[in-house]
Parts: sequence; C-alpha cells; structure tokens
Amino acid sequence: MRLELPCPSLVLLVGASASGKSTFARRYFAHTEIVSSDACRALVSDDETDQNATVDAFEVLNTIVEKRLQRHLTTVIDATNVQPEARRPLLALARKYHMLPIALVFDLPSAVLDARNVARAEGTGRPPIPSRVVAHQRRDLHRGLKTLRREGFSHVFVFESAEEVGACELVRVPLRPDRRGELGPFDLIGDVHGCFDELHTLLGRLGYAVDRAGAFEWRVTPPPGRRVVFLGDLVDRGPNVVDVLSLAMQMVRDGQALCVPGNHDLKLARKLRGRDVKVAHGLAESLAQLDTTPEAFREDVATFFDEMTAHLVLDEGRLVVAHAGLKRSMHGRASAAVRDFALYGDTTGEIDAFGLPVRLDWAAAYTGRATVVYGHTPVPRAEWVNGTIDLDTGCVFGGALTALRYPERELVSVPAAQVYYTPIRPLAPEAAEVPPVAPAGPPPPDAPGLDLATISGKSHLETRLLGRIRVGEGEAAAALETVSRFSVDPRWLIYVPPTMSPAETSARPNFLEHPDEAFAYYREQGVTEVVCQKKHMGSRAIVVVLRRPEVAITRFGFARAMPGVVYSRTGRPFFNDAALGEGFLDRLRGAVERAGLFDALETDWLCLDAEMLPWSLKARSLIEQQYAPTGAAGLAGLTAAVEALRHAPAAAALLARFEGRLARVRAYDQAWRPYCWPVEGLSDVRCAPFHLLAAEGRTFFDRPHAWHMEQLETLAGGGVGLLEVTPNLTVDLGDAAACAAAVEWWQAHTDAGGEGMVVKPQAFVSNGPRGLLQPAIKVRGREYLRIIYGPEYDAPEHLERLRSRAVKAKRRLAAAEFALGVEALSLFIEHAPLARVHACAFGVLALESEALDPRL
Amino acid sequence: MLLTLTLHSDDPETPATELGHLLHKHPDKCQRFDLAFGAVHVFYPETTATRCTAALLLDVDPVGLARSRSGAPENRPLWPYVNDRPYVASSFLSVAISRVLGTALGGRCERRPELAERTLDLEATVAALSAGPAPDWVRGLFEPLGYTVTLTPPVEGVVGLTLRGRVRLSALLAHLYVLVPVVDHEKHYWVDDREVDKLLRHGAGWLATHPERAQIVRRYLKHQRGLCRDALAALDATLVDDTNAPDAPETEPEADDGAASEQRAEAPLRLDDRRRETVLSALRACGARTVVDLGCGEGKLLRALLADAAFTEIVGVDVAPTVLRRASERLKLERMSEERRARLTLLQGSAVYRDDRLRGRDAVVCVEVIEHIDPDRLDAFQDAVLGHLQARTVILTTPNAEYNVLFREAGLRHTDHRFEWTRAEFEAWAAAAARAAGYGVRFEPVGEADPQLGPPTQMAIFTREVAHAP
Repeated sequence: MRLELPCPSLVLLVGASASGKSTFARRYFAHTEIVSSDACRALVSDDETDQNATVDAFEVLNTIVEKRLQRHLTTVIDATNVQPEARRPLLALARKYHMLPIALVFDLPSAVLDARNVARAEGTGRPPIPSRVVAHQRRDLHRGLKTLRREGFSHVFVFESAEEVGACELVRVPLRPDRRGELGPFDLIGDVHGCFDELHTLLGRLGYAVDRAGAFEWRVTPPPGRRVVFLGDLVDRGPNVVDVLSLAMQMVRDGQALCVPGNHDLKLARKLRGRDVKVAHGLAESLAQLDTTPEAFREDVATFFDEMTAHLVLDEGRLVVAHAGLKRSMHGRASAAVRDFALYGDTTGEIDAFGLPVRLDWAAAYTGRATVVYGHTPVPRAEWVNGTIDLDTGCVFGGALTALRYPERELVSVPAAQVYYTPIRPLAPEAAEVPPVAPAGPPPPDAPGLDLATISGKSHLETRLLGRIRVGEGEAAAALETVSRFSVDPRWLIYVPPTMSPAETSARPNFLEHPDEAFAYYREQGVTEVVCQKKHMGSRAIVVVLRRPEVAITRFGFARAMPGVVYSRTGRPFFNDAALGEGFLDRLRGAVERAGLFDALETDWLCLDAEMLPWSLKARSLIEQQYAPTGAAGLAGLTAAVEALRHAPAAAALLARFEGRLARVRAYDQAWRPYCWPVEGLSDVRCAPFHLLAAEGRTFFDRPHAWHMEQLETLAGGGVGLLEVTPNLTVDLGDAAACAAAVEWWQAHTDAGGEGMVVKPQAFVSNGPRGLLQPAIKVRGREYLRIIYGPEYDAPEHLERLRSRAVKAKRRLAAAEFALGVEALSLFIEHAPLARVHACAFGVLALESEALDPRL
Repeated sequence: MLLTLTLHSDDPETPATELGHLLHKHPDKCQRFDLAFGAVHVFYPETTATRCTAALLLDVDPVGLARSRSGAPENRPLWPYVNDRPYVASSFLSVAISRVLGTALGGRCERRPELAERTLDLEATVAALSAGPAPDWVRGLFEPLGYTVTLTPPVEGVVGLTLRGRVRLSALLAHLYVLVPVVDHEKHYWVDDREVDKLLRHGAGWLATHPERAQIVRRYLKHQRGLCRDALAALDATLVDDTNAPDAPETEPEADDGAASEQRAEAPLRLDDRRRETVLSALRACGARTVVDLGCGEGKLLRALLADAAFTEIVGVDVAPTVLRRASERLKLERMSEERRARLTLLQGSAVYRDDRLRGRDAVVCVEVIEHIDPDRLDAFQDAVLGHLQARTVILTTPNAEYNVLFREAGLRHTDHRFEWTRAEFEAWAAAAARAAGYGVRFEPVGEADPQLGPPTQMAIFTREVAHAP
C-alpha cells in the first residue's frame, strides 16, 4: 500500500502500546522528526516508564512540538494518542501554526499486542503491560476512530493488521501550495472580473499572442519561458466571463498559466455545484452569461476552481501569490485559516483603530523576505507596501487591468474601456463577503510600527556583498539608544554611509599619510584605475530630495507630505532648524529640476551622499569648546614661553624647540579656520554631493564613479550658489607619471588648506582576490591632521610614536558597514519590508558604536 | 605653560636677585626636572638688582598625555588629542610648584631664612589660563588676598593673569597652588580625600576667611559633596571665633548636567516626589497589579512600586544601557530578597518600537518621557505604547509649559526636552491618541496648581474602552 504523506505536517501516531508505532516512525522519519512521549519521560525522570513523570514529560513534548511547528518542520508524535484529550493540545498547536494534522492509526488485534508486550517484557525484569490496560487503550481508540476527521485531522490513515503496516510504503509529497520549483519569469495579473477585452489587450502588451481557435478554444503563444499567474476573481460583474474562463482554463491546462482562486470564483463554483448561495455582487452576471454554455463547460469551470489551492509559493520561496494576500506566518502552510486569509484577506484585525483600509493591516506589518502579490481590494494604483503589492486596480469598475512582470517588477496596465459595474462602496472591501470570524489569540499588528525584536540583541544580517554580518548585543544596545532618541524617522533612514579608512601609515619623514599607500593598496588588489576626489571638510550628510512633497506619502509611507530629509552619518536630523532644512531641500529640488535629473532618471526622488559645508554649521560647539580654545591657549602660552626664553641665555638650547612648538601651534590655529564661516542663512550653506546613490527603481552602486561625478556636475549646474562640484582626477595606477601628478595635485590642494583626498576604485563596488575592497580610502593632508592628531603631532619625537595605527580593524569595519548600507538601500529599492531595510541601517549604526581609534 | 615670578626691589640690602636663594634655583642656570607629565624647566629671563624674574616652564608631552587618558567626553572623541591641556596653567602647575619649588612653598630658605618670612614686592604672571567666557570672576579669587590683578583681554576664554602685591613668597605660591586649578577647573588626576588635606594645608591661614571659599572648595574638590562638606567643616574649625565664619551654603549643587538643571529649576517644589506620589495613587486607584515603567530612569518609581506588595509584577524599561546599570545599582538588585527580586524585571527597550515583551500588563506608565521624543516620532510612540501594548491603563506625565514662567530659569526645563506642551496642546494630542487607540482619557494635575497657569506637571490617564471583540 502506497501512503502519500503531505509534508511538512504534524503526524500523530495513534495506537495502543506495542502496536508498532515507534518501529514505524524509525523506518520513515529522521530521529529528530520523532517526538516520543517515552523519550520525554526519560528526559525529565531518567525512566521512560515512570507514569508519575507524564505531566512533566508532556510539557516538554508540547514545547518541542511547538518550536518545530513554528519552523514548519514535519513532526511525528510517538505516543499512544488514543484519547481525544491527548490529541486536543496537539491539534491546537497544528491550528496555531497552520500545519496539516495527520493521524496514522494502528488498530491491531489485541492478541498481537498482548503477545508483543509479553515478548518485550522478557529480560527487562519488569512485568508486561497487562492485557486490561491494552484493552482499555483499544477501547479508547475505537471510540474516537470515527470522529478523527471531525476533531480536525485533515488525513486519517488506518492500519488494521501487522501485515498492512509491513506492506505500507510511505512517500512524502509536498503541500499543494508548494510550487517553489516554478522559477518564472511570470506575468501576474490582477482581478479580471470578466473583462475579456482588457485581458486580451494586456496579454498582447505582455507579448502573448492570443487568437480564437473555436468557441472555447484559443491559440496562445507566450513569450519564451514566461507564464501568466492569475490572481483570482476571473468572474462576476464583467461583460465576458465565458471567454475569460475558457482562456484561463486552457492556459492553465496547457501549462502556460497558474491560477489562484478568488472569493468570487469559489462562490460561482459552489453555485454551479448546486449549493445554496446568495446571488449578489455580480454573480448574476456570471450565471446569465454561463447559462448559454454547454453543461460540460460549466462542469469544467466548477472542477477548475475546486481543484485549486488558495495560495502558491513560487520561485524558491521568493514569490507568494494569493487572491487577498498572505501574511508571512502563513506562507506555504495549510489550514482553514490560511485559506480564508488568502481568499478574504485579514479580517480579524481591529481595522478601525487607525482608520486604514483592510489590506494595510497585514501588509503594513509585513516583514517577510518573499514578495507577496495579490488582488481582491481595488486600489487606485498598484503600489508597493513592504514588499507586497495589490494588483487589483478595479478594471471592472472603470479602473485598469494591471500586470506585474516578475522578476523585473515592471507594472503594465491597460485602462478599462468603460465602467462595467458600479461599486456600492468604491475602493472598499465588501463586508457582506467576509466570512464570520472567530478571533483567537492576540490581535495582529495593524499599523506601521516597527518591532523592537527585528533590531535588538545579537543578530546576523545577510548582505549581498559580504554574506552574513554579525552585530553584537552590546553594539545593538548602544545603537538602540541612538536610534530611539536622536535618529530621523526610520522610514527616512534608507542608507547609512560607512566609515572610511585612511591610507596605511606612510614611512616618509614628516608624513603620516601619503597618496602612495592608497595607490599601492588598490594596485595590489588588481585595480587598474582609481578616481581621486577632493575631500571637502564639512559634515557628512545623506539627502533624500523629493520632486513633490506627496512622494513622502506615496513612496516613503508617511501620513503627511514633506520635501525630503537631510541626516547625518549617525542618522540624526542634519538641521536643528526645521525651516532651514526645508529651505535647503526646496533649493536642492529646484536644482535637480533645472538640471533635468528627475526626468533623465525617471524618478520623483533622489538619494545623495554629500558633504555639507561649512564645517562650523554642525561643529560650532566643538569649535568653541575645543578647537578655538586650544589654539588660543597654545598661542598665548608658547608666545610667552618663547619670549621668556629669548631673554635667558642659559636656556638657549630650549629656545629652538619652543619656537618650533609655537610654529606648529600657529599652523594648527590656521588649519581649521578655512572650514568655518558664519552661517546667517541658507545662502551661506554649501552642499557638495559626491555619490548619486539611488532613484526610484534603482540604486547606482553599479555605475562607475566617473558616472556619478558627471551626473553631479550636471546637478551642480542647476544649483549655482548651493551646490559645489567635487574636483576629481582619474588615475591609471599603471602609469607612474599619472600617479606622481596625482600626488602633486594632493600636495597642492592640502598645502592650500584642503583636508585631503579620497581615493576610490573606478567601480563603485570592487572585489579583489580576497573579496570586497575598501570602497574608498582617505589621504589627509599634513596640516589638516593637526586637528585630528593634535597641533604638534608632526614634531619628529611625536610622529614616530604615532605611526603604529590599527588600520586593519578600521577597514574590516568599513567593509561591513558598506555592505550593510548597500543592502539597506537595495532592499528599499526592491520594496522590501521596512523592518528589513531598518535592520540593515540599524546595523551600520550599531557597528559604529564599536570603540576604534577616532583619529583613523 | 609658563609661570613667571618676579621680585621687585629698591633695597640695595636685598637685591632682587635674592630670588635665586628664595627659590633655591641658581639665576645663571637653566635647570630641568622630569615629572610624570613631562619636563619642567626653571630659568631666569631677567636678573637685575631691582627686578629679577624666574620662569617655570612646563613642557607637557601631548602624546604621552593622550595615552595616559582613558575615554573622551561625549561628542568630543578627539578631545584626548586636540586640547588645551599642554598649554594652559592647570593642576600640572600645582604639581610643578610643589615638586620643583617645594622648599619655597614650604616657606624655607637656607641662605636667607628671614627673607622667606618677610613680605616682599612680588609679581606672578600666568601666561595662559582657561577661565571661561567671562573671566572677570577670577579677580574675586585673588583681590581679597591683597593682589593687584591684571588680566589680558580674553581670547576664546583664555586669559593671561598677573598678580602683584606685598606677600611672602610661600603665600604667593600657596595661593597659586590652590587657585590655578580652581580657575582651570579640570584636574588631571582623580580627586579623593587626600585632596582635602592638600587644600587645608595650602589654604592654611587664608582660605577659611576667603569670601569665595565655598566656591573655591567646590571647584577645587570637583563638586564632590562629601569632600566639600568635610573641607568646609575643617575650615570652620580653624576659625578661632566661629561667629565670624561666613555662611556655608546649605546644599551643594551637583555636577552641571541637564538633569541637575531640571532638578534645580523645579527644586523648590520637590516636584519629582509629588509626581511619583500622584502616579502611584493613580495606579492604585485603577487597581493595576502588573506595571510597566517605560522610561524608568534610575528607578525611583520602581523603588516605590516595589515597596507596595499590591504590585505583583514590575517591569522597568529604559533606552539607555548606562541608565539601566545605574538603576540596578541604586535599587541594589544584587542584594535584593528573592521574593522582591522576582517581582522586578529591568529591560532595555524603546518607546518608539513595538515590544511584545511588554504586552499583557495592567498598566503602563511613562513619567516625563514624551517630551524627550522628537515630535516627528510621536506617532511611533503612540503606536508602540497605546496601540501595541494595549494595557488597561496608560499613564503619561509631561511638563506644563504654561507654568514655566514661575521658574527662575527661562527656556525648557531640560536640555534634552524636544518640546514642552501647554495644557491645551497636551490634551489635544492625548485626546486624539486615545480616540485612535480605543481609549478614554482624563487629565489630572500634578503638584500645586497656579490658578491661571495650572499645575507644574500634567498627567493623562488613558483607560481602555471595552473591547468590541467577544
């Protein structure tokens, strides 16, 4: 006998002692899949027959089962399970985690059982389990046998003899929604509702040639490799349900399409099966149109929908489709609740609390990795919410029929030719179709709050550039304070820039840093071309500038319109004065507009990485409390010392030394001044962008720095007076003369009071033989380093002591932060759930709390 | 840093060059002394019969100094490397005076012992002192001691100080020994009770009657209350006639951080205690047995909750790990009885993130928390606290901005307050938040209410309306 066991599932072995349950379990299941009551008894009491330990043993058993079901793992309960009370908690767990509960019943004759019990007891020194106990167990078993289905088991298999058990061949089959092997590409199509003309046009746009071949027959040629996925609600309300159905059914039959059912489809199927169904919400139109079709066609329609599973998991688990969407904890699982959710959406939430439409309940809280595509709730436009998208753009109500090309994530829409059906309540779910619900457990999250659990504690974050990155508990704790007390709203925090390592320490006299070491690093890693960019000395800022304030609502998920955001590298609002910030964004938006970048990049927002000038804009208190007093004190103290020494012939030896000290402090006192000027208003603020990080639909990490420089030069042309161009130099590392020229360029720039330069490989993301390269290396000027290492750092006796620096640790950190930043922004672009974007951005802030030499 | 000492003399019997004997340092030499922080050089820029100047030049090693330091002030990570310590007169100078000029400081002079006992026309110049934005207060330290004080015009809070007067050399050095660190206000070493001894030794004979003695003691001992009390008591004991003692201040303000200024602003009302009592009675009134104190700080409310056995489970939550550590120290968690300990949980958490660990308690209190949250993120607070935790009762307190005019200090009550609301503003926000999350809300005053301006603190009590679900 072949026994097909849907997996993953919760399998209860049901049978009296010695009916062969354990042997059976061992034959077909891994030992970790089997949770045995005897083993749990032994775990808590050292004696697997100790009946006094039963209560504790089952507590352990239930805990193990719960953890496994949570992880969606097949779990076999090896216990007698003959009483309904024993099965009930396990069934409840199966329901809670949407696992199929399956009963395998071992109903063997009592003679066999008694004989086995006697044989088992031999040699153990214990008496065999008495016949009356076994008889008791069998009586319990028989009492419940007929009602197992009613208790909630989805499958019940019964063995009536030892021979049957022996002859059984158990084969695992995947659950019906599990179609992970279907890799696409797909064209997912929202609610059609009998709008055949629009469907035909849309399929044409998507590259499907569709011609009529007969009354219910079609000739369909899909683009090579592509398949359609219908998201349900093919029927009702619209003008041509018959053609829609025959086309969809044929495409599914021929393997050209997949389909999940919608609530309307199933209601129609029930009606066609002769069930008593209230004819409303457009069902009458379907019935009238189907009336003229042959009986056999209607039979086919009913069967078509009957056999369908309510949701599908596709593309290695990366794509989930269901008519009304599906929350993460239900993906790939099977239960009545999962089915209801897939068909009707989230109906248990307290939807009135924030006055949001139903679909937002689960989508707003969605944090899963899989993209979820669905329909059901008509919306004016298909929009991404946390990696989910509703494609029902209300075609039958005069909206549009929309498809999503996957994995390209392009939307293709065909407007409705007319209003076919007037909605009673436009763009709202139909309350009448919501099935009665029995809420159980805590209410689901229903507003766009972020869960602390997604960021706190030790974590490993997956990145595309560097694999798993570990964030320690202490670092996360420090960052939680930062992000709670000082950060901009997490919805803005789509990128946090990495720290930057300096060049390795130079061996040249008088220099701590020199371009040669930066060039050498990249040359050794196989990079042939680098871009040297002037390092502006100001404060790092990430700028998100919106073309229209409403984009804050439509793309960033805020409740109100805003012009964008400017935040520091630690995620803090850049401008303390909100009006100044808004004024800045307004001018920047104008510059982007004039430069034509919004149009050229087909976007309504941009994310820039920039240096904001002057330094004194953010660093005023630092200058007032630290930099200026240090200079004033040094000048006053050392001038007096030199003066005194001049008059003391005995101290002549000291004079030169103190004159040297005074000269260095003088140089220090000049070093920071070029970076400061008074800021009376916006006209005194400069912004020097050096990376164009992202626009709608794409990041620009795949573009070379030359491209970034070019775009930003265009941008600067639109914002004279506000935007600064970053002077830069492309250097062929194989060309010694070019390298020498770059060193001279650096020398001239730093001699003139510049901070230094940043050396970057031409490719934004570069890999060397040992993996990801530093995205950038800074080479700071001699004078500038006074404000980092101290006014007199370059005195020979000091410089030698300062040469040993922990550059390696800094580089490890820079690489990890870079990978996390890129991940955050890429996830945002991919419409991933906010929680995942935030976890990566938070990760950068956490890594930044690691204690490293602040001078690097 | 440089200290010069000049002896002026028009007495041929006592030429100014006698300064060499007094200091026990030969005027024709340049001498070097190595101390832990660097070298000290002593030399004479001027040696005439009428004027003789000795220079004490401290050559502080900035790199060594940075290496000996641990940590940096918040938001100033580069402070250990870029700072004025090598250049200004500070406690390093006091150390140099005692180690290099110890004989003179002790009032001894082998060759001319009588000179050390005499008052002389002495002048001292400190080249650079960090004296703060308004350095004139420095005069008040030295003028009562009989000096003519000259200050150079301040540059970024740095001044040069010249003192001239008829004093004994040992007294001048003792004045500098004590008062230079008082001006500078940053000691390079840890202050403990040995500092009290040093202060009393070098302050003998002048400090007890100095009109600024309270300030001097406070700044010299870095505001350590216990040490200050000891020192002031000891100074009083040295006065023959107690009735002449200047009044010692009743209380010593704490270190000047934001919390202290908030405390100072609200101090006369003991508002903190009133707030706690009011919140406690509100909690008792609503019958809460399990309570989350979100934003528990150092745990004053937690302590009060623990003291009442009616509260069976108490969860203290704060976002700052350092604050939580301090709470656990102050509550003496380690030594708490097992029963009491079992009732308390301390967690790091945040008021702007949903936290499942905090659900299912009867009441959530946020005492003086929302005003620390950026207005932009109040939605997240509302979602996390009212929307997500779904406690039966939620209690919030926040300052009443209208009342602020009654405080001595203007502006917000705490440097970290992002806003302070009037009663109307708070009530409007709370009413909308309550509506959205299915709560009813009422307001109660905390503290003595002014008839026009209302109470100093306002409190909102949210009560969850009966759930619609069966």
